[in-house]
Amino acid sequence: MTEFMNEFGIILYATLIYTPPLLYAALGSCFSEVSGVVNIGIEGMMTAGAFTGTVVAYFTGNPYLGFICGGLAGMLFGAIHAFATVNLGADQTIAGTAINMLGPGIVIMIARVLFNSTDTIPLTPDQKIPTLFKGIFDTSTVFGRFMDNVFATYASTYLVFIMVIVVWFVFYKTRFGLRLRACGEHPQACESLGINVIATRFICVCLSGFLSGLGGACVTMATSNQFRPISIVGQGFIAIAAVLFGKFRPQGALLGCLLFGFCSGLKVVLGGSSGVNVHLISMIPYVVTVIVLILFVGKSRVPAANGKPYIKSK
Amino acid sequence: MENKKNILTIISETRIIHILLSIILGFVVGAFFLLIMGLDVGAAYGRLITSVTSVKGISYVIVYSIPYIMTGLSVAFSFRTGIFNIGAEGQFVLGSMAAACVGILLGGLPSVILIPLCFIAAMLAGALWGALVGVLKNKWGINEVLSMIMFNWIAFYLSNFIAGIPAIHSDGTAEATKNISDNASTLLSKELIADLGLCPTANWGILVSLLMMLVVWLIIDKTTLGYRLKAVGANKSAAEYGGINVSRSILTALAISGALAGLGGALQLMGMGSRISVFSSQEGFGFAGIVVALMGCSNPFGVFFAGVFYGALIYGGSKLNLVGAPTQLINVIVGTVVLFIAISVIFERLKYVHIGKKPKAAAAESGKEGAGK
Repeated sequence: MTEFMNEFGIILYATLIYTPPLLYAALGSCFSEVSGVVNIGIEGMMTAGAFTGTVVAYFTGNPYLGFICGGLAGMLFGAIHAFATVNLGADQTIAGTAINMLGPGIVIMIARVLFNSTDTIPLTPDQKIPTLFKGIFDTSTVFGRFMDNVFATYASTYLVFIMVIVVWFVFYKTRFGLRLRACGEHPQACESLGINVIATRFICVCLSGFLSGLGGACVTMATSNQFRPISIVGQGFIAIAAVLFGKFRPQGALLGCLLFGFCSGLKVVLGGSSGVNVHLISMIPYVVTVIVLILFVGKSRVPAANGKPYIKSK
Repeated sequence: MENKKNILTIISETRIIHILLSIILGFVVGAFFLLIMGLDVGAAYGRLITSVTSVKGISYVIVYSIPYIMTGLSVAFSFRTGIFNIGAEGQFVLGSMAAACVGILLGGLPSVILIPLCFIAAMLAGALWGALVGVLKNKWGINEVLSMIMFNWIAFYLSNFIAGIPAIHSDGTAEATKNISDNASTLLSKELIADLGLCPTANWGILVSLLMMLVVWLIIDKTTLGYRLKAVGANKSAAEYGGINVSRSILTALAISGALAGLGGALQLMGMGSRISVFSSQEGFGFAGIVVALMGCSNPFGVFFAGVFYGALIYGGSKLNLVGAPTQLINVIVGTVVLFIAISVIFERLKYVHIGKKPKAAAAESGKEGAGK
């Protein structure tokens, strides 16, 4: 029992470590996709955030400032994507692909200039995002150890769950949310009602960049302590997958990311203890996602105007 | 006025000019970054050019471009049939592994039999991996982009797993497969390489990619199959109404696209690597294929040139370190090129704005355009 509680605690801890980067990015992706702009540039925006976050934290010693700057760096690339796709009517997939090349390309070049290496210098513990509840539980009891394992996670993890509620509220309880959802369904109708489609979409894509940047900063400032070119690899795409999984709803994306995070946590524990091939165990999150899709999720409806550039008629 | 309009029309209607302009702008932005970093633009670009213009350099470029052309064709084919094959990465990896298995286990067969067998195995593996996504989509309505992202990683770990199976795994300490049999190699003979002064991995894989370029062109533009697939891509409901089996078409399109990527994996293995290492991170040939397909406007001939261009940048970029410039400059240049290609639709709108002022000319112009297409 003790053994089980320990391992279960570690799985939950790992879940809470793996989920937040994906969830920040997935929430961002929700904004963009639901407002009608396909954003496969999430990956590039996360990389920009991951790098900027660590660099700012390294030079200023302030993790909070670093975290915010990570978001802003993502937002900068979000703004490039928004300008190209929303204002100029560029093909959204092509522009997103460009962001995925530009983001890592530019930040790794800057890393070479600043550190003469593609990696940044590791952050010290006070430059990292702090853990809030580490060590407040009495670890002498089984339950205390379990709680200590689970809540050893970083502040960014708690914030992301608050963000889910905030994003859900914005989507379904505010006027802006109603408008952004309408823009993704029928932009012409929105325009005829006096909603500024261009501005709404621009803001949404920038927000998606900001949240993706925060997600990236999570990876390098909490999960690990430095930026490396392979820090993000693939997580942006997993976040997009989580949004498709969650049928373009923030609460759905939460489930998608948690499922993925939990399976990744499972992977960590199983990889250590069982004799099964490590590569097969590494497949678990991806295989489980496909199986869950088949069994429980099925078809997801894409917002009607998703991917179509909106060109204002004169 | 008349003259000005002509130039505008030419710029707005000629896709290749958009691409060339985008490429120039890409290099301009690259130069801008070099200047910011205080590096010598001339030295960096000079190095880029000299490294790809010698005989050896050209042979390197050709060899480097083979996988990019293949994944580019794969993605371009999917774009033309209305699917976004973000899964070329996984299809490439499994194609490569299938070819490796055949090349290792049946290594005793003569080249004439073994090489085609490797190609077929790779194409089957890629096609199967692509078609599986189609099955998920047709049967359970699962978004193909989602499943492809998952399948890329499953393929990645599957390849690593297979590389560890004793019959395939290297006899030495290397975390890799055995080398494939020499009979499965597409390398040119050592004497020829030495005589012509080519790079050590010079191989004839480029001929296969040229052939595939023609095959893709034939399928898309000259066959009823291609017509059917394009019809489904353009409008599913209309195609279904017209009596086309939509599910089967999607499956076929994904299988063909996957086979192309898989064959790319085989060509890379049989010409360049001759064994597959245990990956630590995705190699990105599939994602590069997206870029190549976009630069080539999803046209098979365009993709071929875009693949060679990309190969040249990757090879030239690997030499940038020698003059102190970061290799990542290439990503920035290519990213900018792709961004400007995406934005180039603005030229189209510029045309409409211009024409809007002269309604009569506009009518004549749109008539001409309609006839041209």
